[in-house]
Amino acid sequence: MEAGQQAPWVRIHPAVVRVTHWLNALAILIMATSGWRIYNASPLFSFRFPSDLTLGGWLGGALQWHFAAMWLLAANGLTYLAYGILFGHFRRKLWPIAPGAVIADILAALRGRLAHRDLSVYNAAQRAAYAAVILTIIVLVLSGLAVWKPVQLQGLAALMGGYEGARVVHFVAMALTVFIVIVHVVMVALVPKTFPSMFTGRIRSPR
Amino acid sequence: MKRMGQSFVEYRSREIESIERRLFLRQSLSLGALSLLSGCSITDQESVASTLAAMSGWNDRVQGWLFDPARLAPEYPESAITWPFPFNAYYGEDEVPAIDATDYRLELAGRIRDRKPWTLPELYALPQVSQVTRHICVEGWSAIGKWSGTPFRVFLERVGADTTARYVGFKCEDDYYSSIDMATALHPQTLLAFRYADRILPAKYGFPMKLRVPTKLGFKNPKHIRAIFVTNQYPGGYWEDQGYNWFSGS
Repeated sequence: MEAGQQAPWVRIHPAVVRVTHWLNALAILIMATSGWRIYNASPLFSFRFPSDLTLGGWLGGALQWHFAAMWLLAANGLTYLAYGILFGHFRRKLWPIAPGAVIADILAALRGRLAHRDLSVYNAAQRAAYAAVILTIIVLVLSGLAVWKPVQLQGLAALMGGYEGARVVHFVAMALTVFIVIVHVVMVALVPKTFPSMFTGRIRSPR
Repeated sequence: MKRMGQSFVEYRSREIESIERRLFLRQSLSLGALSLLSGCSITDQESVASTLAAMSGWNDRVQGWLFDPARLAPEYPESAITWPFPFNAYYGEDEVPAIDATDYRLELAGRIRDRKPWTLPELYALPQVSQVTRHICVEGWSAIGKWSGTPFRVFLERVGADTTARYVGFKCEDDYYSSIDMATALHPQTLLAFRYADRILPAKYGFPMKLRVPTKLGFKNPKHIRAIFVTNQYPGGYWEDQGYNWFSGS
């Protein structure tokens, strides 16, 4: 690259991925904050979520939000999964995930030495994180269905140890999802040039 | 089990509910702002509330489709029964209504052919069955109990109820009220329950009778029933009118 010449634009995020990403972010925000209010009505563990972080104002309001946003989460998630599978997006961007490379990247990230030169290719830690959050959200939806319909979907509930087991699975999947989201947001803050690309889909990148 | 009782006392006092509802108004305002940010046209809390209510109505329809009239709720061995079974109402345990068994009459109204009131001995003479099932509260906790009584379908057929009507409504001695869909009313495990754990239903569990519906959340199991009516007009319910989902199927 010559001095003064800017790196070329590279398309890194297809429109489907950008739209479903932001709809998913909205759905997860509503589901998590309303879910915390529902949790507070009968905590599984010996703590409650701070009321100011919750949505809905009271149990009935939180349930309304939760059971409305679940349709957004499910419809948007199915659109994304269909796109990822049918159009080769997962195969191209998330595959392969080599455990050794994932660990090496996580260690590098913790030392602040993870390179982000070519943003059109996900590093191993990104691939693992994005695949993991897809899985935790799938588990969230399935355990949520089991908690919602432990009689009509009793086979699904039985897989998770029945109604009470499904509640625990739902909570753990929520905690893992929130953890991955927090790490994700921190990483975006550390590598801020990735942020606008999630709207525009393109980035200046040396190849 | 103690935790369940505590969570109930803490979260079901009327004062707390009214405070929560006031907070709800405030927080839906901030959600209005959020939807503005995301580009939705929903800008005021009334349209948020009506959208949420419409989604709850949609969820009623979805649950009606999902409901399989032949699918039974899991039943458990008596060793699985939760003891003590949590007390549960919109008021405290000291406010449970005292009902005199000798004066008691169950009233019938609406689309029912034979609307003569029923005494308790007449009700106890109906065929009786038992079930050990899980009661799931809208708050999230659950507890297993044993209820005995008459399959509600048997009672509805005995009194000549119009089983093609849409709703069965209940009015209770403690001013609670609720309603269920006809398909659930006719489900084989829906009981007009007169006994809990092989004893006459104690006051705190709904003397003289409770509708036991193991395919719905706990608040759809009205206690201290005074009147039953069959109708095609949506009857609502105590919690349903405040925002809990009406169908609330399990």
